[in-house]
This record gives sequence, structure tokens and C-alpha cells, in this order.
Amino acid sequence: MSRYVMSRLIQLIPILIGITFLTFALMQLTNDDAVDILYQQSGSVSDEVKAAKRAELGLDQPFIIQYGQWLKGVATGDMGRSYISGKLVFETFIDKLPATVELMLVSIALTIFVATPLGIVAAVNQSRPVDLIIRALSFVGNSMPNFFVGLLLIYFLALKLNLLPIMGSDWRAVIMPALTLTVSMSAKYTRQIRAVVLEELGKPYVMGARSRGVSEFTILTRSVLRSSLIVIITLLALSMGSLLGGTAIVETIFMWDGVGKLAVDAILTRDYPLIQAYVVWMATIYVVINLLADLLYHWLDPRVGGVER
Amino acid sequence: MRLDRSLIPYLALAGAIILIAVFAPWLTPFDPYTQDLSRALAPPDEINWLGTDRYGRDVLSRVIVGSQTTLCASLLMLISIVIVGSLIGSIGGLLGGRLDTFLMRTSDVFLAFPQMVFAIAAAGALGGGLFNAALALAMIGWTKYARLARGLVLTIRSMPYIQAARMSGSSTTAILLDHLLPNIAGPILVTAALDLGTIIMELAGLSFLGLGAQPPTAEWGAMMNNGRSMLQTAPWTVLSPGAAIFLTVAAFNLLGDKLRDVLDPKNN
Repeated sequence: MSRYVMSRLIQLIPILIGITFLTFALMQLTNDDAVDILYQQSGSVSDEVKAAKRAELGLDQPFIIQYGQWLKGVATGDMGRSYISGKLVFETFIDKLPATVELMLVSIALTIFVATPLGIVAAVNQSRPVDLIIRALSFVGNSMPNFFVGLLLIYFLALKLNLLPIMGSDWRAVIMPALTLTVSMSAKYTRQIRAVVLEELGKPYVMGARSRGVSEFTILTRSVLRSSLIVIITLLALSMGSLLGGTAIVETIFMWDGVGKLAVDAILTRDYPLIQAYVVWMATIYVVINLLADLLYHWLDPRVGGVER
Repeated sequence: MRLDRSLIPYLALAGAIILIAVFAPWLTPFDPYTQDLSRALAPPDEINWLGTDRYGRDVLSRVIVGSQTTLCASLLMLISIVIVGSLIGSIGGLLGGRLDTFLMRTSDVFLAFPQMVFAIAAAGALGGGLFNAALALAMIGWTKYARLARGLVLTIRSMPYIQAARMSGSSTTAILLDHLLPNIAGPILVTAALDLGTIIMELAGLSFLGLGAQPPTAEWGAMMNNGRSMLQTAPWTVLSPGAAIFLTVAAFNLLGDKLRDVLDPKNN
């Protein structure tokens, strides 16, 4: 078991090296670097000052050496300092991470509570009006980018109806950004849960249970939902990728002080160490979530192999 | 391939949007880039049907021209990744060996990574612009088609008619072009049709973050980004391009869904 977890985490290393190398290489393709951006506001700064700053940050070194030094730092737990603020990147990230994790967890919980019942209701009432309405809603949600959903929610819920705050410091501040992510995720998810439950409902054991007079409710909750659970979790784990990307946009809209907004701000100032750290953290979170999902299947259905070895 | 009748309304809807994009410069009531500060932030009226933005530019004209920006970029990017991805995947599947292993390991790296996260980092690293945003999305996007094409080729490769072609002396290139590509085109086309909506939304998302189309280009995501601080006072600057994205994505998603049902009856 622990060996399996270890081997999965080791597989993360080539992925991280590949992706960070690529982002690092891409950053070399542009003309202006962090130093240019840094001195943009302070007007004309002599080239000597800029060169000195570049030497200080190591930006005058050949790209492969810069990357090697960055990699060496990461291996020893040092992700460098932000070019702009001068603060330690690792600490800046740890500082902002809880906000993003909170937003993600609330969105996932809301998605499960919204999409699972909707998907089941749609499947049970296949082709009836309820099903058509739910499918239409899910289609609409699927065709809207999350920033549009977010702005619509702000416009109607916050500005027109005055129901919820757009931002703030109390617990209600998380509702709007989480709702935005929930709408986008639930739209996709409801459709998938409907398909899974429909498939399960067509299996012989359901007919068997029905013929023995087991109530529909018991069939649904005891058997169908239980056996669909693995697929439902797989789909949820797969949707984590778009959730992680989505948080960057949603955090920016709602001024949610998490790693997504930090990354977008870092990109606009070409703060390479922060961008690299963002890539590393997101990849790690993604792989860990997928690993947890795999462990969860094994726990739910011991027939799923692979974990032992 | 015979045209299925039930596809016609969906093709017409998507075709109408493409026609709007193609003829956009002739359809706009005003020049989308001409500023008129005396009419800045005018609400929708009989002159500017969808109102004006903060520089007094006509929102309707910008939405119409924006369709060209969005569709042109999304379609070009989609076509490139479909061609590149399918070729890489089919060649890998057909030849096998080390090349195949290398290509698949490379695509593993990308597949194990959230696409939008990489696109944000890559578009940011490349320094913005619509082309760079599309390039950033393409760098991960091709892997899906490589995987799909490879899987299909592996299934078809062992079929008797391919062996017959090989025995009768057809070259690898001939087998690839004459036998494999026509037979894998269907599933790839369906995947591409369903992908277009996502690509449009992702490109608009990058522009919304300021990493795609730059001002003053009329692009839906960028327009929404410019308008969002005025959501309370001038909601039309945000809602109009938003509705345009929604309608376009919905039209292509409908077509994609229908195309899947028609080409792959098993899948419903």
C-alpha cells in the first residue's frame, strides 16, 4: 500500500520536470523580463541599473543554468524569492493556499449536493419533462464559460437582488465564487451521473430486485447509487483539472486571495519564480487528488486491483 | 458519407454563425474601433442597439467583429491540433517501437497536468496575445488527438484488409493515407466538434485574464474583462459579449452532440 503511494508520487517527478522545463523555456522567448516590468513605473532607468538587477536575480545566466539552479533549489525545498516583492515564494504560497483549498472544497461539496440528486432524478424520469428540464439546464451550464457565470451571479444576486456580498471577510464571501465553480462543474457532472445511473438501472439485478418487490427507493439508494459510486468518484477526480484552472479565473473575478489570483498577478509582472511555483503546486495537488481517488475506489471496491503491489 | 437529414438544422445554426464571422466587416452598423467619447457608456437605444463601451464604441459592432476574432483563432487552432495530433498518433501507432514510446511518454506528461493551469502559465510566459494564447492551449490540446488516433490505429492495424494491402505491396504512407485516415476520421471529427466549444471558452477565458487578445482588438473575453468594473452602471458591455460566447458555444455543442449520435449510434 505505502509502496504503491510512493511509486505514484515518484511518477510525479518526470511530469514536474517536463512541465517546469517547458514553462521556463517559454519564458525565455519573450522580449521583456521581470526587470523591465519592475522598472516600468519608475520611468527611465539606465541599462546599467537593469543589468545589475538582472545579475542579482541571476537573469543574465544562460537559460539552462538558470533552470538547473532553480531545480536544485526546489530539490532542497527552496523555491526562491519573488522578483517583485522579494519574499520567499514557498511562504507566499503556503500563505495563500488555504483560501484556494477552502474555495475548492466548498465547490466540490456543493457540486456533489447539487449534481447527484439532479442526475438521479433525471435518470429515473428518463424522457419525462423533469429529465428534459434538467438536461436543458445542464446544457446551458455547459455552454457558458465560468467567468460569464460569475459575472451573471454578481449582476443578479449581488447587484440586482442584493442577496450576497461579492467579497468580504465573513463566511458568506465564499458563497459567490464557490457557486460560480459549482454551476460549471454541476452542469457537466449532472449529465454524467444521469448516464451512469441509467446504465446501472438497465442491468439485470435491478429487474431482479424489482420482481422481488423491493421498493424503487431502496433499489436506488442501496444498489444503484452504491455501484455507481466508483464511476461518480472517477468523474469527480477527472474534473479536478478544470476546477484548478477555474479557480484562477474565479479568484481573479471575486478578488479571492488564493494561489490562482497570485499566479495571474505574477504572470502580469513576469515574476518567474512565482509562476513556476504555481505550476509545481497545481501539478502536485492534481496528482495527489487523483491518487486519493484511486485509494478511495480500492476501499469502496476491493476488486479494483493495483493498490497492493 | 451521406448527409443525415436530422443534422441539417444544427449545421444551419453553426453555419449561420460562421457566415456572420466571415462577413463581419460588412455586417457591423458602425466601425468597431471608432471612439466617440461624447456617447461613452450609452445604454442600448435605437442608434446603438447594444449600447456603447467606455470609449463610445458600438458594442454590437464589436460583438459582430469579435465573432471573427474568436472563430478564426479557435478553428485554426483546432484544425492544427487535430492534424498534428492525429498524424503523430497514427504514425506512432502504425510504426510502434521507440518512437511510439517516446511520443506516448511525452503526451503522458501533458495529460497528467490540468490543461487550463498550463495554458495560463504558458500564455503568461509567452507574454499574451491571441496567437500565444492559442499556442499555449495547443501545446496540451494535441495530446488528446494523438491518443485517440493511436488507439484507433492500433485497432485497425491488425484488421485483415490492412494486412492484405501490406501483402500486395502498399507502402506505409499509402496505407496511412488510403486506409487508416479515412477510417479514423469519424471519431476524430466528433471529438473535434465537441472540443470546439471548450476551445472557444478557454481562449475567451485567457483573454478575460488579459493573457489573450490585447486591446483594442474586439474579442469577447477581452471585452468582458474591460467591462466588468462597470457591471453595475453599464451591464450591456459585459452581458452582450457573454451572450455571444454562450450562443456560439451552444450552437457548436448542439452540432457536436448530434454529430456523435449520428456517427456513433452505440454511444446513446
